[in-house]
Amino acid sequence: MSEVIKIKKGLNIPLAGKAEKIFGQSRLPDLFAIKPTDFKGVVPKVVAKEGDAVKIGTVLFQDKYHPEIKFVSPVSGTLKSVIRGERRRILEVIVESDGKDEYVDFGAANPASLDRDAVINRLLQSGAWPYLRQRPYDVIANPQDTPKAIFISGFDSSPLAPDVDFVLTGQEDALKAGIEVLKKLCPEVHIGISSDAASKVFNTLQGVKLHAFSGPHPAGNVGVQIHHVMPINKGEKVWVIQPQEIVSIGSIFTKGHHDFSRVIAVTGSEVEKPAYYRYRLGASVEELVAHIKNNTSLRFISGNVLTGEKITSDGFIGFYHSQITVIPEGDEYEFLGWALPGFGKFSVSRSYFSWLFPKKEFKLNANMHGGERAIVVSGQYDAVLPMDILSEFLIKAIMMEDIDKMEQLGIYEVVEEDLALCEFVDTSKIELQAILRKGIDLMIKEMGA
Amino acid sequence: MKALRKLLDNIKPHVSKGGRFEMLHSTYDAFETLLFVPNKTNQNGVHVRDAMDMKRNMIVVVMALVPALLFGIWNTGYQHFLALGQEVTFLETILHGVFKVIPIVIVSYLTGLAIEFAFAQMRGHEVNEGFLVSGMLIPLILPVDIPLWMVAVATAFAVIIGKEVFGGTGMNIWNPALLARAFLFFAYPAQMSGDLVWISGLSTMEGVDATTGATALAAAVEGNIGSFPLWNSFLGIIPGSIGETSTLAILIGAVILIFTGVASWKIMVSVFLGGYFMGLVFNLIGINSLMQVDAIHHLTLGGFAFGAVFMATDPVTGSRTETGKWIYGFLIGLFAIMIRVFNPAYPEGMMLAILLMNTFAPLIDHFVVDANIKRRLKRAVVKA
Repeated sequence: MSEVIKIKKGLNIPLAGKAEKIFGQSRLPDLFAIKPTDFKGVVPKVVAKEGDAVKIGTVLFQDKYHPEIKFVSPVSGTLKSVIRGERRRILEVIVESDGKDEYVDFGAANPASLDRDAVINRLLQSGAWPYLRQRPYDVIANPQDTPKAIFISGFDSSPLAPDVDFVLTGQEDALKAGIEVLKKLCPEVHIGISSDAASKVFNTLQGVKLHAFSGPHPAGNVGVQIHHVMPINKGEKVWVIQPQEIVSIGSIFTKGHHDFSRVIAVTGSEVEKPAYYRYRLGASVEELVAHIKNNTSLRFISGNVLTGEKITSDGFIGFYHSQITVIPEGDEYEFLGWALPGFGKFSVSRSYFSWLFPKKEFKLNANMHGGERAIVVSGQYDAVLPMDILSEFLIKAIMMEDIDKMEQLGIYEVVEEDLALCEFVDTSKIELQAILRKGIDLMIKEMGA
Repeated sequence: MKALRKLLDNIKPHVSKGGRFEMLHSTYDAFETLLFVPNKTNQNGVHVRDAMDMKRNMIVVVMALVPALLFGIWNTGYQHFLALGQEVTFLETILHGVFKVIPIVIVSYLTGLAIEFAFAQMRGHEVNEGFLVSGMLIPLILPVDIPLWMVAVATAFAVIIGKEVFGGTGMNIWNPALLARAFLFFAYPAQMSGDLVWISGLSTMEGVDATTGATALAAAVEGNIGSFPLWNSFLGIIPGSIGETSTLAILIGAVILIFTGVASWKIMVSVFLGGYFMGLVFNLIGINSLMQVDAIHHLTLGGFAFGAVFMATDPVTGSRTETGKWIYGFLIGLFAIMIRVFNPAYPEGMMLAILLMNTFAPLIDHFVVDANIKRRLKRAVVKA
């Protein structure tokens, strides 16, 4: 940890609406949902029936091909409905809260006294297993595997992201317990921390390897950190997990039940007072955004503006998200927009005169700012991807469905969030994240996860 | 604005699929998106995007070409009256230039855009913005006395054979504007070279010594480079293609391109480095009069600077990897001076050097990509 890994390429998008480090007051909503679409590659099989009474930790659905991986209710109440989309694909499993917070008790246990199988079993039973995701591919880890290491990013560098240290303050014991559990799964636990602010929470942990990173986003992306510490080669697997999820895992062992509490940062230029809220995984965001009174159309995002998912104003927080962003939708025509000086338009190029205000925080909307084109400009992706990966050539290999080339060019090392900035800066407005996911799906189909 | 928007919305159904004027859909679309940035929002992936789009990208390049265009207009008039030996006002100089140059620009744009619109409609694509730049580049690299019909033919050749047969903007192998020039050079050499075409009206002037119309490079072949001092060729008050003479005006464009981040500074720098290096080597050998031209002076002559800043940096036909850009640019500079020195029949080597390296850019990239792959493979072996 002595030396700092300096990330030079990248970009901090200067967005308005960062959360102040205070807690806002909010009651929990009545509706909660787990969205099977949050889990890549999972084919959900609903186990509970509509109208069933559920507790915190009651299984709602499981993976059809890995039935041991279960997805449980974050709240007690009744299973209200299963929302399906096109071709009966399950989109949301909605639970109505009874406010009692009854839970399934797994009994407290000391992870140190359990063997690895018992730990895995407990994580599977309590619905905590989906927290563990595997690189390559960003899919839920396979319980039969033993990874090379478990890697945790101790800070989030994405736009308007919550401050992880602030979020974890007061939960150190559960975090410690969670780390002990992880060490049972794989003794090699690595944590990437920011060199800018001394991380009080992570520095006190025992038996983990810390790596300090400096520089702009995506320095906080776990994939970027892994690339610099232990790049993933063919056949290798690294598991990743997010800090708040480790706290939840810790709670399963210290308290004996799965605690789905989450600190959520409510951010974005349209939020009156961006702040943190003590909330819960899977909860409807309506209580958090109820105060936003605006007649213009808005974009509600679970997660950040680069990788988050579009939701409605009464939609649900995604399984892996601890942030909500609200920005203007921007669905209006703009007269001669490409020709104006553009003082309020952010661009990494200095082709708009917004470069005159380097400190300005921008109120960006969801407009595409142009049409999709063939790839013309070169070197754009490389400037914001701090990895030894020629992303343009990788993307082209994916478009050609050339498995060999995809492998050679490093598809094992990147997931969507790593290319999100490339997509942001792309003059040709190509959907790089969607293309990458297609490539990953093809890899899984041809080579197996 | 609202009235205009309403008008567009009223026309839209007629040109959409199934409408009476469906064949004008691409044309309508091009004008609509030109007037209004579309209201389309991000649906998959990122929710916010950089404000830069292809229209802005291309318009910045056109802006960067304006200094060279303006200087070219002035220089056209200046050279004309200089050859005639007349003293005229600044306004007359400019007017002469405008009447000579603007028709070429208009013909180039009209021909190119008409073809682009037709192809976009045929393919059901949106009209690409690439020709906004090509349409300006073509006039600037032609001699001012070029017949307008040749401009039209060359532009059509460049757009159809140079670009559309490969699939349009982003797919072409060679720089379209340079192809237009190469086409004219080989098809109509009399109008593209010699001593008579570089000054407007020179061939019809009576009693004027034709050698006054020689370009600096032609003079250098004869060992007369002394009549073109470095300062004159840097400022651009010499005969030559419309936009290529003033290294100063071109450098202003280069500053715009580099500052906005639209073109690669790596390519520009490496082209100049390559040219300077080759010039120095030839200075050492020094067996013909062109070899003895000072290396710095070389960089201000002919189309070297223009090619380095506006042609070599075309991202589509150039090298696409960052390492590759250094090699690609350096070799362009090297070959440009080499062709210039070894080919007395036609001392302008920049055009051919860039077209040659356009051809080899994918090969350079191939080696860079291969190195990346090998690094990754090596890592796996070491760890295992």
